[in-house]
Amino acid sequence: MDFNLFIQFVLNGIGNGAVYGSIALALVLIFRSTGLLNLAQGEMALFSTYFAWWLTSQGLSIFVAIPITIVVSMAGGAVIERMLIRPVSGEGKSPLNVLIVMLGMFLAFNALAQLIFSDTAEPMPKPWPTNSSPGDPVGRSQVVELADIRISWSVIALVIALLIECLILYVLFQRTTVGLKLRAVASNAGSARLVGINSSAMLMLGWALAAGLGALAGTLVAADRGSVSPGLMVVVVVFAFSGAALGGFDSPVGAVVGGMIVAIAEALTIGYVDFLSGIELVVPFGIILLVLLVRPTGLFGRKVVERV
Amino acid sequence: MDELLHIEGVSGGYGPVTVLRDVDLTVSEGEVVVVLGANGAGKTTLLRAICGEIATQGTLRFDGSDLPRAPERVARVGIAHVPQGRGTFSELTTEENLRLGAVLRKDSEVRADIDHWCEVFPRLGERREQAAGSMSGGEQQMLAIARAMMLRPTLLLLDEPSLGLAPLITKDLFERLGRLNQEDGLTVLVVEQNANLALDIGHRGYVLETGQVVASGPAQELRHDDAIRKAYLGF
Repeated sequence: MDFNLFIQFVLNGIGNGAVYGSIALALVLIFRSTGLLNLAQGEMALFSTYFAWWLTSQGLSIFVAIPITIVVSMAGGAVIERMLIRPVSGEGKSPLNVLIVMLGMFLAFNALAQLIFSDTAEPMPKPWPTNSSPGDPVGRSQVVELADIRISWSVIALVIALLIECLILYVLFQRTTVGLKLRAVASNAGSARLVGINSSAMLMLGWALAAGLGALAGTLVAADRGSVSPGLMVVVVVFAFSGAALGGFDSPVGAVVGGMIVAIAEALTIGYVDFLSGIELVVPFGIILLVLLVRPTGLFGRKVVERV
Repeated sequence: MDELLHIEGVSGGYGPVTVLRDVDLTVSEGEVVVVLGANGAGKTTLLRAICGEIATQGTLRFDGSDLPRAPERVARVGIAHVPQGRGTFSELTTEENLRLGAVLRKDSEVRADIDHWCEVFPRLGERREQAAGSMSGGEQQMLAIARAMMLRPTLLLLDEPSLGLAPLITKDLFERLGRLNQEDGLTVLVVEQNANLALDIGHRGYVLETGQVVASGPAQELRHDDAIRKAYLGF
């Protein structure tokens, strides 16, 4: 076996894994506060990504467009929670109501992105070093060579973005009072209100964070692929769902690790298992099925031990 | 004694189901008031009504002003509620639970208070970094009370603190509550099925039956009222 080639496949997987992990993190954030999977996560991110493209098409640098997109998306996430999710959720209402609204958002955000911005593939500039190449408006990612191993700048950038996200979330959740409140609401919403936490503000914050994460991940995956198109997030979000399921829906660490495992499995399948080429999607799902048979809460999901 | 909590003609329940009917109840500063009653009499609902967890009609006043009608704002006026089943944050550590109890406080003595309650309840001190959900029932009940006390409440609401606890632990718990009342002047409204223990530390009591107050008076009188003894005290 060609070891360098193997490393190359793994590196490709890690780049994708960073994206899946980011989206899975966003899913986990909302799952922990609502107990539901946000079906619209991918399409919310798609909308944000088209918004980022639109900003760059107005002449803004991608380095300016990304922070603006994140901030606007976070505000949008908060508005979505308040205007769409809150009215249909709450004590005594079926969680299915929220699920239906999410389904509606799934369809709406894709359609709105096409309606407002563009219904075709649009070039997404890369916020990392590129070489210009003929016929490619955004250029190709530069490559770093370490010994015999070639690492694309896109992989480096995606991993750095994921690490920054994890660091910010870790500090927020474990080191700040707001984070403690967020965890309290996720743990026991009723008690959180009794100690004086404004749980509805925390829910809004959770949606804002998830929307911001999705926006960053969407923009970076579009930059990696070279363009944003209406179908961009479909496969990405399926892998992110799988990553979150594998890691455990309530575990941020699980989301990142799960996303990585799924992506590396995908990359190795594409590289080595010829008869599955084209349907390499089945491999990560096979792995998930096995893991969940053995550990129904996912690799890192906690089955809360509660003594009474 | 100044009247702290004033409830007059309060009705309330869950959706179309009315549980409380025209309840009058007062709690004065420094008092321990006990609410007795059988299962389903509306004791828990009464506390939930005070906290704004359910919709109510009637007058609910605290320290001279109307009580807000949302739990997070009731906490702000200085009412701490230890709900039935304790309501600790299972996944969070003892220390985090205690910090959350003081989440509304802006002063700089939160840390000192955490240390204080870990001394009052040494079992909590030994388990500061342990997830609340993994502790025993008694420890969790102590944590729930300590967390409520972290608010430095004017009024403490306790919902069946003895539920699921061994008799000795329950006894110890009530002794501690009695001491908090006598030494620190803590005002308590406690709902309890274990009427004997509750009346030991209580000054006054109310008896609820199908959502209505059917008897009230000083703890000693309730204890010696034959009808109440037979129905609720079991001796």
